[in-house]
Amino acid sequence: MPKKKLSFEESLTRLEEIVRHLEKGDMPLNDSLTLFEEGTGLIKSCSALLDEAEQKVVQLKKGADRKPQELPFGDTDE
Amino acid sequence: MDRPVFSVTELNEHIRSLLDADALLQNVCVRGELSNYKIYPSGHHYFTLKDSESSLRCVMFRSNASRLRFRPENGMGVTVFGRIAVYPRDGAYQLYATAILPEGTGDLQVAFEQLKQKLAEEGLFDESHKKPLPSFPERIAIITSSAGAAVHDMIRILGKRFPMAKVLLLPVRVQGAEAPAEIAGAIRYANEFDVADLIITGRGGGSLEDLWAFNDERVARAIYASRIPVISAVGHEPDVTISDFVADRRASTPSNAAEIAVPDQEELRSALEGLEIRHAQAMRKQLAHLRERLNTASDKRIWSDPTSMLDNRRIELDRLREKLLSSQERLLSAKRQTYVAAASALDAMSPLRVLSRGYTLVSDDHGKLIRSTAALREQEIILLRFADGEADCQVEHIRQGDCESPQQA
Repeated sequence: MPKKKLSFEESLTRLEEIVRHLEKGDMPLNDSLTLFEEGTGLIKSCSALLDEAEQKVVQLKKGADRKPQELPFGDTDE
Repeated sequence: MDRPVFSVTELNEHIRSLLDADALLQNVCVRGELSNYKIYPSGHHYFTLKDSESSLRCVMFRSNASRLRFRPENGMGVTVFGRIAVYPRDGAYQLYATAILPEGTGDLQVAFEQLKQKLAEEGLFDESHKKPLPSFPERIAIITSSAGAAVHDMIRILGKRFPMAKVLLLPVRVQGAEAPAEIAGAIRYANEFDVADLIITGRGGGSLEDLWAFNDERVARAIYASRIPVISAVGHEPDVTISDFVADRRASTPSNAAEIAVPDQEELRSALEGLEIRHAQAMRKQLAHLRERLNTASDKRIWSDPTSMLDNRRIELDRLREKLLSSQERLLSAKRQTYVAAASALDAMSPLRVLSRGYTLVSDDHGKLIRSTAALREQEIILLRFADGEADCQVEHIRQGDCESPQQA
């Protein structure tokens, strides 16, 4: 399924929903397996998000057009 | 002369509404000397404020009194903040105090109390206005000095707890005359370009003067107007600023703000593990349940010994064949019986049978049966048929009339 990439929060919320559904155990096996597969994917992607997260720190500067420009943190001209 | 006559209640009510409508009396600040100071068991404080000429009855309710930073004593010179209102039961007005500052307190403290009271009245501190913080902020704007330790503490803690969140630093001066405008401007700018899901503004500890920018009305109003939730993190634990009151959440220190801002990834990991276990268990449980149903169904002999069903069928088939044959037999014998009965009945009625008993049949030479002497002519040749043969005869003489049985003839 071509879906937009879910944020960590969306993934976690969806995963919680799936677990609740599965725990009810009132779905046909095929539906359960589909959900289970989705849940497995979400667990993987959530873990990956946690494992691969690398903090990004930028400094915002007001550009000539007033729009924010991102500078690496530390390069301050003040 | 007709003058309206009021009841006491009506008159007091009229005076009350006059005083309530006076802006000055609703936000007043008065200097005097404390006397007759009493703390009731309810926690409310009652006292009189006086100078050489005059006195004013005052009450400070428990919620405000609990925030006093000194112990009020009779004879102490103080400045009291609050509003004047009528106490209708006594027909007396009094000062409802929200804060008391001892004499000698700096102007800053006085200004702080005044601004705090004014903004509180305007509703800037109302809980109902406070916005919930995002559970998993993706972008966090930090509005503080890029120089102090505070910003590094916050970045470090944010990075350790939740590195997924991007940190955007909006560097501002946090002390000095320019600071309030810069802080307020940065808050408005962050909102204008929607740069973050959460704002942390504040600074590390310092003197009252150092923290002053966060007691500025412009900063307070910018925080109030912010669509993006704001955490205020100024100084150390005991320092309280106007920003703290207006912000959606108050943190005791900048580090504390970073802890409040984001979830801890270690906790997230264990939550995720918990979900993973439940996820697998739920699936296993359903599979086990289905397997059990399958087992129950497959427990029948047919699965373990498929030919047994054939055997049974075979036996059944034999039984049916037997039944078919025997019923066919029965049917045949019944038909046979019917046939035999019918045949013997037929036989009993056969003319040949009659012949065997001694009768003869008479017919003319055309084979036509002759039943009466009237059909005979003399000299005619007739055929007599016996049981065992035939004879051609000639009629000699005809006698008509009744006749005995042929045997007796």
